[in-house]
Amino acid sequence: MYYNQTMTDYLALLMLGIVVVGFVALTLWGSHRVGPKRHSNVKDAVFECGIESKDNARVRFSYKYFLVAILFVLFDVEIIFFYPWALNVETLGWDGLVKVGMFVSVVLVAWLYLVSHRVFELEASSS
Amino acid sequence: MTHPLVTDPPEGVTGQGFYLTSLEKAVALARKNSIWPLPFATSCCGIEFMATMGSHYDFARFGSERPSFSPRQADLLMVMGTVAKKLGPILKQVYCQMAEPRWVMAVGACASSGGIFDTYSVLQGIDQVIPVDVYVPGCPPRPEQIIDGLMAVQSLVGTESLRRRHSESYTQLLKGYGID
Repeated sequence: MYYNQTMTDYLALLMLGIVVVGFVALTLWGSHRVGPKRHSNVKDAVFECGIESKDNARVRFSYKYFLVAILFVLFDVEIIFFYPWALNVETLGWDGLVKVGMFVSVVLVAWLYLVSHRVFELEASSS
Repeated sequence: MTHPLVTDPPEGVTGQGFYLTSLEKAVALARKNSIWPLPFATSCCGIEFMATMGSHYDFARFGSERPSFSPRQADLLMVMGTVAKKLGPILKQVYCQMAEPRWVMAVGACASSGGIFDTYSVLQGIDQVIPVDVYVPGCPPRPEQIIDGLMAVQSLVGTESLRRRHSESYTQLLKGYGID
Protein backbone atom coordinates (compact mmCIF):
# COMPACT_ATOMS: atom_id res chain seq x y z
CA MET A 1 0.00 0.00 0.00
CA TYR A 2 1.42 3.29 -1.09
CA TYR A 3 1.32 6.11 1.42
CA ASN A 4 2.15 9.62 0.35
CA GLN A 5 4.50 11.06 2.94
CA THR A 6 4.49 14.80 3.43
CA MET A 7 6.09 17.14 5.90
CA THR A 8 2.74 17.51 7.69
CA ASP A 9 3.25 13.99 9.04
CA TYR A 10 6.05 15.38 11.15
CA LEU A 11 3.87 18.16 12.56
CA ALA A 12 3.03 16.09 15.64
CA LEU A 13 6.73 15.56 16.27
CA LEU A 14 7.36 19.28 15.96
CA MET A 15 4.54 20.00 18.41
CA LEU A 16 5.96 17.45 20.84
CA GLY A 17 9.35 19.13 20.57
CA ILE A 18 7.83 22.54 21.25
CA VAL A 19 5.91 21.19 24.26
CA VAL A 20 9.00 19.45 25.70
CA VAL A 21 11.31 22.45 25.31
CA GLY A 22 8.54 24.81 26.40
CA PHE A 23 7.78 22.82 29.53
CA VAL A 24 11.43 22.69 30.58
CA ALA A 25 11.93 26.39 29.88
CA LEU A 26 8.71 27.35 31.66
CA THR A 27 9.42 25.30 34.80
CA LEU A 28 13.02 26.52 35.03
CA TRP A 29 11.98 30.13 34.52
CA GLY A 30 8.95 29.74 36.79
CA SER A 31 10.81 28.20 39.72
CA HIS A 32 13.50 30.85 39.36
CA ARG A 33 10.90 33.60 39.28
CA VAL A 34 8.33 32.37 41.80
CA GLY A 35 10.60 30.49 44.23
CA PRO A 36 11.68 32.19 47.43
CA LYS A 37 15.20 33.57 47.70
CA ARG A 38 17.27 34.84 50.55
CA HIS A 39 20.59 36.59 50.23
CA SER A 40 23.08 37.45 52.93
CA ASN A 41 26.84 37.56 53.33
CA VAL A 42 26.78 34.06 54.80
CA LYS A 43 24.46 32.70 52.10
CA ASP A 44 26.53 34.10 49.26
CA ALA A 45 29.87 33.02 50.71
CA VAL A 46 32.02 30.87 48.43
CA PHE A 47 32.74 28.06 50.85
CA GLU A 48 30.12 25.95 52.52
CA CYS A 49 31.76 23.71 55.12
CA GLY A 50 30.33 25.66 58.03
CA ILE A 51 33.59 27.25 59.13
CA GLU A 52 34.39 30.82 58.19
CA SER A 53 37.14 30.96 55.61
CA LYS A 54 40.21 33.11 56.20
CA ASP A 55 43.49 33.91 54.42
CA ASN A 56 44.25 33.50 50.74
CA ALA A 57 44.84 30.14 49.11
CA ARG A 58 47.25 31.72 46.59
CA VAL A 59 50.38 31.14 48.63
CA ARG A 60 53.68 29.70 47.44
CA PHE A 61 54.81 26.32 48.62
CA SER A 62 57.68 24.08 47.66
CA TYR A 63 57.37 22.08 44.42
CA LYS A 64 58.82 19.11 46.29
CA TYR A 65 55.41 18.27 47.77
CA PHE A 66 54.12 17.78 44.25
CA LEU A 67 57.20 15.82 43.21
CA VAL A 68 56.96 13.43 46.14
CA ALA A 69 53.23 13.01 45.56
CA ILE A 70 53.62 12.18 41.87
CA LEU A 71 56.51 9.79 42.60
CA PHE A 72 54.37 8.08 45.21
CA VAL A 73 51.68 7.52 42.59
CA LEU A 74 54.30 6.22 40.15
CA PHE A 75 55.83 3.68 42.53
CA ASP A 76 52.44 2.79 43.96
CA VAL A 77 51.10 1.87 40.52
CA GLU A 78 54.13 -0.34 39.89
CA ILE A 79 53.03 -2.52 42.80
CA ILE A 80 49.98 -3.49 40.69
CA PHE A 81 52.28 -5.39 38.28
CA PHE A 82 53.28 -7.71 41.10
CA TYR A 83 49.74 -8.96 41.66
CA PRO A 84 49.34 -11.02 38.45
CA TRP A 85 52.80 -12.47 39.01
CA ALA A 86 52.09 -13.28 42.66
CA LEU A 87 48.84 -15.05 41.71
CA ASN A 88 50.59 -17.20 39.07
CA VAL A 89 53.92 -17.58 40.80
CA GLU A 90 53.84 -21.40 40.63
CA THR A 91 52.96 -21.67 36.93
CA LEU A 92 55.46 -18.96 35.93
CA GLY A 93 58.24 -20.58 37.93
CA TRP A 94 61.85 -19.47 37.72
CA ASP A 95 61.29 -17.87 34.34
CA GLY A 96 58.71 -15.51 35.88
CA LEU A 97 60.96 -14.76 38.82
CA VAL A 98 63.77 -13.72 36.48
CA LYS A 99 61.43 -11.44 34.53
CA VAL A 100 60.10 -9.83 37.70
CA GLY A 101 63.68 -9.44 38.86
CA MET A 102 64.46 -7.57 35.64
CA PHE A 103 61.43 -5.33 36.19
CA VAL A 104 62.43 -4.66 39.81
CA SER A 105 65.98 -3.83 38.76
CA VAL A 106 64.68 -1.21 36.30
CA VAL A 107 62.50 0.31 39.04
CA LEU A 108 65.47 0.15 41.40
CA VAL A 109 67.63 2.09 38.94
CA ALA A 110 64.92 4.75 38.73
CA TRP A 111 64.73 4.88 42.51
CA LEU A 112 68.52 5.14 42.86
CA TYR A 113 68.50 7.97 40.31
CA LEU A 114 65.94 9.83 42.45
CA VAL A 115 67.91 9.19 45.62
CA SER A 116 71.12 10.42 43.97
CA HIS A 117 69.29 13.66 43.11
CA ARG A 118 68.13 13.96 46.74
CA VAL A 119 64.46 14.16 45.74
CA PHE A 120 63.23 12.63 48.97
CA GLU A 121 65.14 15.06 51.19
CA LEU A 122 62.46 17.68 51.75
CA GLU A 123 64.75 19.85 53.85
CA ALA A 124 67.49 20.01 51.19
CA SER A 125 67.89 23.43 49.63
CA SER A 126 68.37 22.21 46.03
CA SER A 127 68.10 18.98 44.10
CA MET B 1 -2.94 10.82 61.80
CA THR B 2 -3.18 9.08 58.47
CA HIS B 3 -0.47 9.97 55.99
CA PRO B 4 -1.59 10.48 52.40
CA LEU B 5 -0.14 8.05 49.93
CA VAL B 6 2.20 9.13 47.18
CA THR B 7 -0.27 7.73 44.70
CA ASP B 8 -3.10 9.97 45.94
CA PRO B 9 -3.39 13.05 43.74
CA PRO B 10 -4.38 16.32 45.41
CA GLU B 11 -7.83 17.79 44.88
CA GLY B 12 -8.44 18.78 41.34
CA VAL B 13 -10.38 18.23 38.16
CA THR B 14 -9.69 15.00 36.33
CA GLY B 15 -10.71 14.43 32.75
CA GLN B 16 -9.72 12.25 29.86
CA GLY B 17 -5.99 12.69 29.50
CA PHE B 18 -5.63 15.73 31.69
CA TYR B 19 -5.66 16.78 35.32
CA LEU B 20 -6.07 20.24 36.74
CA THR B 21 -5.20 21.54 40.17
CA SER B 22 -3.98 24.76 41.74
CA LEU B 23 -0.34 25.80 41.35
CA GLU B 24 0.13 25.62 45.10
CA LYS B 25 -0.97 21.98 45.24
CA ALA B 26 1.13 21.02 42.21
CA VAL B 27 4.23 22.69 43.67
CA ALA B 28 3.55 21.08 47.05
CA LEU B 29 3.24 17.67 45.42
CA ALA B 30 6.55 18.13 43.63
CA ARG B 31 8.31 19.50 46.69
CA LYS B 32 7.16 16.93 49.22
CA ASN B 33 8.16 13.96 47.08
CA SER B 34 11.63 15.17 46.25
CA ILE B 35 13.06 16.31 49.58
CA TRP B 36 16.85 16.21 49.38
CA PRO B 37 18.25 15.75 52.87
CA LEU B 38 21.50 17.19 54.17
CA PRO B 39 22.69 14.81 56.90
CA PHE B 40 24.40 16.64 59.74
CA ALA B 41 25.31 13.56 61.74
CA THR B 42 27.43 14.01 64.81
CA SER B 43 26.87 10.87 66.85
CA CYS B 44 24.87 7.67 67.28
CA CYS B 45 21.67 9.01 65.70
CA GLY B 46 23.76 9.33 62.55
CA ILE B 47 24.39 5.58 62.64
CA GLU B 48 20.63 5.05 62.77
CA PHE B 49 20.30 7.38 59.80
CA MET B 50 22.85 5.28 57.89
CA ALA B 51 20.59 2.28 58.48
CA THR B 52 17.63 4.39 57.35
CA MET B 53 19.44 5.29 54.13
CA GLY B 54 20.38 1.67 53.48
CA SER B 55 18.46 -0.83 51.42
CA HIS B 56 16.57 -2.36 54.34
CA TYR B 57 14.68 0.77 55.38
CA ASP B 58 15.15 2.51 52.02
CA PHE B 59 14.89 6.20 52.68
CA ALA B 60 15.04 6.74 48.92
CA ARG B 61 11.46 5.66 48.35
CA PHE B 62 10.29 9.05 49.65
CA GLY B 63 12.19 10.87 46.91
CA SER B 64 15.18 11.41 49.17
CA GLU B 65 17.59 9.18 47.31
CA ARG B 66 20.02 11.99 46.85
CA PRO B 67 21.54 13.05 50.18
CA SER B 68 23.07 16.43 49.54
CA PHE B 69 26.42 17.05 51.17
CA SER B 70 26.34 20.64 50.09
CA PRO B 71 23.79 22.92 51.75
CA ARG B 72 23.21 24.72 48.44
CA GLN B 73 21.06 21.99 46.94
CA ALA B 74 19.52 20.62 50.12
CA ASP B 75 15.90 21.01 51.18
CA LEU B 76 15.96 19.33 54.58
CA LEU B 77 18.67 19.71 57.20
CA MET B 78 18.70 16.59 59.33
CA VAL B 79 20.60 17.21 62.55
CA MET B 80 21.36 13.89 64.17
CA GLY B 81 23.30 13.75 67.37
CA THR B 82 24.80 15.88 70.09
CA VAL B 83 25.60 19.42 69.06
CA ALA B 84 28.18 21.08 71.28
CA LYS B 85 28.01 24.82 71.81
CA LYS B 86 31.16 25.21 69.73
CA LEU B 87 29.40 23.46 66.85
CA GLY B 88 26.41 25.81 67.11
CA PRO B 89 27.78 28.56 64.78
CA ILE B 90 28.86 25.93 62.23
CA LEU B 91 25.37 24.44 62.20
CA LYS B 92 23.90 27.89 61.85
CA GLN B 93 26.15 28.75 58.91
CA VAL B 94 25.22 25.50 57.16
CA TYR B 95 21.55 26.32 57.72
CA CYS B 96 21.98 29.88 56.44
CA GLN B 97 23.62 28.62 53.25
CA MET B 98 20.71 26.37 52.36
CA ALA B 99 18.47 27.65 49.61
CA GLU B 100 14.88 28.55 50.38
CA PRO B 101 12.56 26.81 50.99
CA ARG B 102 14.33 24.82 53.69
CA TRP B 103 13.23 22.61 56.52
CA VAL B 104 14.99 21.31 59.61
CA MET B 105 14.53 18.02 61.39
CA ALA B 106 16.05 17.43 64.82
CA VAL B 107 16.65 13.70 65.20
CA GLY B 108 17.10 12.26 68.66
CA ALA B 109 17.03 13.57 72.18
CA CYS B 110 20.36 15.43 71.93
CA ALA B 111 19.49 17.49 68.88
CA SER B 112 16.00 18.15 70.25
CA SER B 113 16.84 19.07 73.81
CA GLY B 114 20.44 18.23 74.67
CA GLY B 115 19.37 14.82 75.88
CA ILE B 116 21.39 13.32 78.70
CA PHE B 117 24.15 15.88 78.15
CA ASP B 118 22.83 18.49 80.54
CA THR B 119 26.23 20.15 80.76
CA TYR B 120 27.89 23.52 80.16
CA SER B 121 29.37 22.44 76.82
CA VAL B 122 26.34 21.04 75.00
CA LEU B 123 23.67 23.01 73.20
CA GLN B 124 20.35 22.26 74.89
CA GLY B 125 18.52 21.66 71.63
CA ILE B 126 19.39 22.99 68.19
CA ASP B 127 16.31 25.23 68.25
CA GLN B 128 18.45 27.63 70.25
CA VAL B 129 20.35 28.52 67.07
CA ILE B 130 18.08 27.58 64.14
CA PRO B 131 14.31 27.11 63.72
CA VAL B 132 13.27 23.45 63.78
CA ASP B 133 10.25 22.02 61.96
CA VAL B 134 10.12 18.43 63.18
CA TYR B 135 11.52 16.78 66.30
CA VAL B 136 12.10 13.03 66.36
CA PRO B 137 12.29 11.58 69.89
CA GLY B 138 14.49 8.68 70.86
CA CYS B 139 17.97 7.96 72.14
CA PRO B 140 18.72 7.03 69.40
CA PRO B 141 15.46 6.75 67.46
CA ARG B 142 14.90 3.65 65.39
CA PRO B 143 14.93 4.02 61.59
CA GLU B 144 11.13 3.69 61.64
CA GLN B 145 10.96 6.80 63.81
CA ILE B 146 13.26 8.73 61.46
CA ILE B 147 11.03 7.69 58.55
CA ASP B 148 7.99 8.82 60.55
CA GLY B 149 9.75 12.15 61.10
CA LEU B 150 10.42 12.47 57.37
CA MET B 151 6.76 11.79 56.66
CA ALA B 152 5.85 14.51 59.15
CA VAL B 153 8.18 16.82 57.22
CA GLN B 154 6.49 15.71 54.01
CA SER B 155 3.06 16.64 55.35
CA LEU B 156 4.45 20.01 56.47
CA VAL B 157 5.97 20.61 53.03
CA GLY B 158 2.78 19.45 51.34
CA THR B 159 0.55 21.85 53.25
CA GLU B 160 2.83 24.90 53.35
CA SER B 161 1.53 28.02 51.68
CA LEU B 162 3.57 29.21 48.72
CA ARG B 163 3.58 32.68 50.24
CA ARG B 164 4.97 31.63 53.61
CA ARG B 165 8.65 32.17 52.73
CA HIS B 166 7.85 35.67 51.50
CA SER B 167 5.79 36.55 54.55
CA GLU B 168 6.66 39.03 57.26
CA SER B 169 6.12 36.47 60.02
CA TYR B 170 8.74 34.19 58.48
CA THR B 171 11.23 37.04 58.26
CA GLN B 172 10.51 37.82 61.90
CA LEU B 173 11.02 34.16 62.81
CA LEU B 174 14.46 34.17 61.20
CA LYS B 175 15.26 37.54 62.75
CA GLY B 176 14.54 35.96 66.13
CA TYR B 177 17.45 33.65 65.45
CA GLY B 178 19.62 36.48 64.17
CA ILE B 179 19.45 35.33 60.55
CA ASP B 180 19.12 37.93 57.81
